[in-house]
Amino acid sequence: MIPFTYTRAHDAAEAIRLGADAATKYLGGGTNLVDLMREGAERPGALVDVTGLPGAIEESQDGSLRIGAAVRNTAVAEHRAVRARYPMLARAILAGASAQIRNMATVGGNILQRTRCAYFYDGTVRCNKRTPGAGCDAIDGFNRMHAILGASAYCVATHPSDMCVALAALDALVELEGPGGRRTIPLTDLHRLPGDRPDLDTVLGPGELITAVVLPPLPWAQRSTYRKVRDRASYAFALVSVAAALDLAEDGTVRDVRLALGGVAHKPWRAERAEQMLRGRPAGTESFRAAADAELAGAAPLRDNAFKPELARRLITAVLGELMGDAA
Amino acid sequence: MTDLQKTPEQTATRWTPDGGRDPLAGRHGAIGTSLPRIDGPLKVRGEAQFAAEVPADRLAYAALVTSTIARGAIATLDTAAAEAAPGVVLVMTHRNAPRMAPPAVIMTDPRAAGASSLPIMQDASIHWNGEPVAVVVAETQEQADHAASLVRVTYREEPASLSFERAIAVGRHPDTVLGEPAVIETGDAETALRNAPHRIDRVYRTPRHSHSAIEPHAVTVWWEGGDLVLHDATQMLHMTRYTIAGVFGMDEERIRIHSPYVGGGFGSKGPWSHHFLAIAAAKLAGRPVRLALSRGDVFRVIGGRTTTEQRVALGARDDGTLAALVHTGTAAMTTHNNCPEQFTFPARHLYAADTIRVEQRVADIDMVANTFMRAPGESVGTFALECAIDEMAGELGLDPIEFRRRIEPETDPTSGRPFSSRQLLKAYADGAERFGWSRRAAAPGAVRDGDWLVGMGVATATYPYYRMPGGRVRITLGRDGRAVVAVAAHEMGMGTATVHTQVVADRLGLSVDRVDFQHGDTALPAFTMAGGSSQTATLAAAAHEATLALLEELLRLAGNDSPLAGLTVDEVEARDGGLGHRGSRERFESYASILGRAGREEVGAEGESPMPTETQSFSMHSYGAQFCEVRVHAVTGEIRVSRFLGSFDCGRILNPRTAASQFRGGIIMGLGLALTEETQFDERNGRIMNPSLAEYHVPVHMDVPEIDVIFTDIPDPRAPLGARGIGEIGITGVGAAVANAVHNATGRRIRELPITLDKLL
Repeated sequence: MIPFTYTRAHDAAEAIRLGADAATKYLGGGTNLVDLMREGAERPGALVDVTGLPGAIEESQDGSLRIGAAVRNTAVAEHRAVRARYPMLARAILAGASAQIRNMATVGGNILQRTRCAYFYDGTVRCNKRTPGAGCDAIDGFNRMHAILGASAYCVATHPSDMCVALAALDALVELEGPGGRRTIPLTDLHRLPGDRPDLDTVLGPGELITAVVLPPLPWAQRSTYRKVRDRASYAFALVSVAAALDLAEDGTVRDVRLALGGVAHKPWRAERAEQMLRGRPAGTESFRAAADAELAGAAPLRDNAFKPELARRLITAVLGELMGDAA
Repeated sequence: MTDLQKTPEQTATRWTPDGGRDPLAGRHGAIGTSLPRIDGPLKVRGEAQFAAEVPADRLAYAALVTSTIARGAIATLDTAAAEAAPGVVLVMTHRNAPRMAPPAVIMTDPRAAGASSLPIMQDASIHWNGEPVAVVVAETQEQADHAASLVRVTYREEPASLSFERAIAVGRHPDTVLGEPAVIETGDAETALRNAPHRIDRVYRTPRHSHSAIEPHAVTVWWEGGDLVLHDATQMLHMTRYTIAGVFGMDEERIRIHSPYVGGGFGSKGPWSHHFLAIAAAKLAGRPVRLALSRGDVFRVIGGRTTTEQRVALGARDDGTLAALVHTGTAAMTTHNNCPEQFTFPARHLYAADTIRVEQRVADIDMVANTFMRAPGESVGTFALECAIDEMAGELGLDPIEFRRRIEPETDPTSGRPFSSRQLLKAYADGAERFGWSRRAAAPGAVRDGDWLVGMGVATATYPYYRMPGGRVRITLGRDGRAVVAVAAHEMGMGTATVHTQVVADRLGLSVDRVDFQHGDTALPAFTMAGGSSQTATLAAAAHEATLALLEELLRLAGNDSPLAGLTVDEVEARDGGLGHRGSRERFESYASILGRAGREEVGAEGESPMPTETQSFSMHSYGAQFCEVRVHAVTGEIRVSRFLGSFDCGRILNPRTAASQFRGGIIMGLGLALTEETQFDERNGRIMNPSLAEYHVPVHMDVPEIDVIFTDIPDPRAPLGARGIGEIGITGVGAAVANAVHNATGRRIRELPITLDKLL
């Protein structure tokens, strides 16, 4: 590990003042950043610990929920309002990592965790994310865990978060604060597709800090879920995961639907195409499957993950079917 | 006359039925009871000191720099930045490393234990991706790790053999397979196969596995003048000492190794490169050095189970007997080690067939030397063989257990020797009843519970009985009525100290709290290894000899003034902390009294494990029947093992609690083999790409159902205490039991491990 300085910030303003330097990283629970520092994949000269920043889980009059970036994952998953109103989010968080890691990990840190691609972690092989322009050894290597949607010739890595898949489905907003001021953007706009700059995971500017996540009101998300398929029963990243919410009209047509996929792309993948196809259509296996087919039409599997498009189709169809069953 | 030519009668040992009466045959109830582990409280409290925790004055910490190419040579090596880094004591490379001879490879000599014969950091050549090229020694581990990242190495690459497929094509026969021939043929199996009315002919593949013991390998070493002290995690103390002595050209007696606790060995805890590098670095530094491997290092510098491609072909008649059994294949190996992964061993001993052909080949790959890993060979060999048996049972329309009943041999099918004790069919019958095997639907894919397809599978477990010659033990009785057992044996968490406390207590008529078991130190009587599931048998044989010698000495000391006067060894028994006449409660004298009258503080005797002649006369193996129930998700292919039962026939069970833990641990490791574990070896550059427990998937708690374990507990008359080894058999057969259950659930036959969900979509 490269020597670094460590400072604890007490509020966002202090954090941003300390964190404006390009070689500085904000430190949440450290469950990913510290690992990456040990592997030499991250080499910050300074860490600014933001776990002491104020911020809790606040329920607003309009029904939205504001979650401070320093709130631990466990606290989010256990929160009464999250469990009652956004069950897919609680389930997504509980599907990730281990209890110990969830106790440490913060919401902001979870969002900013980096890919688990082995070729990114191993400094002796080629990786465009680690060294721009170096090339990518994952494209023809072990890529079972890798992307089938939105990848590029430069990078086929996936974003590993479960929580973010639910946040993407729920239209979560991310509040940012940086040297240039404050702004709020949709979570789905925060993470980038790799393109020719896979070293840039997000659109965050230098020194910009996530201060909170806002979940807009979505009463029908009470009927929502998260389903993760992985290589062992726990403590493994998703091969494919689905976050979904379904709102059915009296006549059995889909009034609204939310659908996002994990394990398939460089970012939590909001399945907008499938959602669009489903709205106003009769709910049922046939329409679910057709929507899934449409979403996965552009899938480009690699050597080891040819199974993913079919697994994703099946999972979308099954999860929506389950939600429909719950409604009946 | 050699041992090989002796008849069974001539190879009687003192514990066998034909060896005469054993005056100390324990009848005091300690053997066979579930005594809790005597090292348990220490470990639970964190007070057991492991090799990476031993303090030392002026201790320095070492970190490895490892190669990033598979074959070639170091072109440039720049250590200046590392040497200038804070806290760095020295950087050792091939330029300044002390001269070291190549290690003697295990089984090239009875005491050798080297994992590979490659020279260690003696020149610029590179033999695998991950080979140590520098050792950085610093004041703290963090400083050493940081400085290691500053060492700059460039390489001249040479073409490497990395593709298993290509290496198979130019494979070779190993000289021997653990001392057995690589090829055995009884009759013309290929012709018999062609002529058989029912045939299956399949290829099965198994991947590499990496050792993942909870304690990563570590040594803390220092020199005291010309003497060397090591605190090690080893399962072969004296063999490690012998091997180190050879590498450094030293007298063995000048090396002392302490290894009281080992956090799991599974075959990996012998002398690897880090031993020699730490010793050499301590020599250069002139101070104690600790080299504790990181988890990533373990994947790169410690070998594991190698990859195999196996063919099993069976030719059967309508009546369910076998005309031909063929098991051949290739394992990846290196040119500098000696572990051909004996996957054909089960087929040599398990089933009756008119003709049998087994053949093992190896394919040379430039990789870290593969090594022993819990039931090397048998674990993956039973996957192939027992899947094939299941496939043939389906072909014949027979229940898989009934099929095995029809091919149960009367004598060993390849050696012709009688079995010492074989209760495989009883293990099947007992297991079937307890597991509810009769509820299994014969037709695949017939049982469904919601979205889950449910199936049952079964497979044979088997592992040879080994007992090593030469292991010594000293037992000392004190005037305080306590016994001290001293032996350089190994406690890796399996319960050795506990079980042998029970054994000696029973034989000497003492309560278990009056026996102290000393182990894990080369200063104690020299012992063999905790490998091949042999330690218990070896130690029991040595303890048998030692206690008999002690009895003779005690009777001599008792003399003519004792109530025992005039009694021969055959007339006495050990009881109540002393010796007594078998026929009379009154004639008794305590050990304390005997020693007191003799004016002695203590009396001791040594015993040694004699040549294992029993295995020359008998086919001696442990057996088991592994029962598995799986649930396979109809939509996603996810596999969950919902029930498991292991029914074992391993002779007498000395401690049901520690034994059940061994079986259960083996089965859990088998679930990893079946479903999740695979070391990703990138064939482009020989690099292991998942060197962490986040990416190398061992089973987590949620992958492990409640595992039921039962045993026949029928003593083997040819084994000391009637007990055969139990450490390794638990993993055998599990892969096939799971695969067979998956087939029963889904109708899909998966012949390549691990059985991941994509193979079932």
